[in-house]
Amino acid sequence: MKKGALLVLLLIVWAVLAWPFDVQTGALKWSDMAAGLVVALLVLVLARELSPSDVALRVSPVRVFWFVAYAFFLGWYIVKANVDVAYRVLHPDMPIRPGIVKVKTALRSQAALTMLSNSITLTPGTLTVNALEDGTLYIHWIYVRTEDADEASRMIIGRFEWFLEKIFE
Amino acid sequence: MNEIIGKLVLVVGLAFNVFGCIGLIRLPDVYNRLQAATKCVTLGTCFILVSVMISAWGESGALVLKAFLCMVFILITSPTAAHALARGAHAAGVKLWDQSVVDRYREDNDPGVEEPE
Repeated sequence: MKKGALLVLLLIVWAVLAWPFDVQTGALKWSDMAAGLVVALLVLVLARELSPSDVALRVSPVRVFWFVAYAFFLGWYIVKANVDVAYRVLHPDMPIRPGIVKVKTALRSQAALTMLSNSITLTPGTLTVNALEDGTLYIHWIYVRTEDADEASRMIIGRFEWFLEKIFE
Repeated sequence: MNEIIGKLVLVVGLAFNVFGCIGLIRLPDVYNRLQAATKCVTLGTCFILVSVMISAWGESGALVLKAFLCMVFILITSPTAAHALARGAHAAGVKLWDQSVVDRYREDNDPGVEEPE
């Protein structure tokens, strides 16, 4: 049942990417859809182990609202991250002080942890090296400001945790 | 008008991609380089796709939608790939730059070792 829904979703994405099928008429070509079906089935087979149970999203308007808000919030930090990296790279002295620090998050659901890890990687100076199930994250920091786990947690993930809790937990 | 804005956004995107490449060359170790490669190249490519969206706006809805989808995919896959590479590099024993200040991951996995530096 869940697999069926996923297959339909994959086919829709494929259709959007392959559209318009025929340059002149815009008509749907069955050969395109057949190729899409093959790819979608292949993805399902390859990813059959990658469907954690708690991603069964309990979608609600409130969650969607927070998700959209988060997208904009994250977008701002992504831009900031880039200016930051560009500055460090172009500066003649390259002001970096790299290291791997440990942070702890209270988030537990796999979806939230995944989202958090990816957000960390996209934001200024930080890159997730490993995320453990118990909420421990190892983060490569391009300019280590503190080696203390609690303080680093506050500085790196404090701004996201609040949002992700609203979306996922 | 759309075309001018599109071209400007394209230039910004290319600039960020160039910064990412400079970072790839200048920064000292695999982890720092991944930072430059994921951040700048992700945003740079997103800007290029936004430029495609702006240029195609009102002419080809299909192209706008496709560019948007590509953006979403890049934003999901790029940090995931960086995570996999960083973890893989660490697991394979790739050392941090010798002036790195701390490596908690190594300390926790292998308590016997000293801090780098």
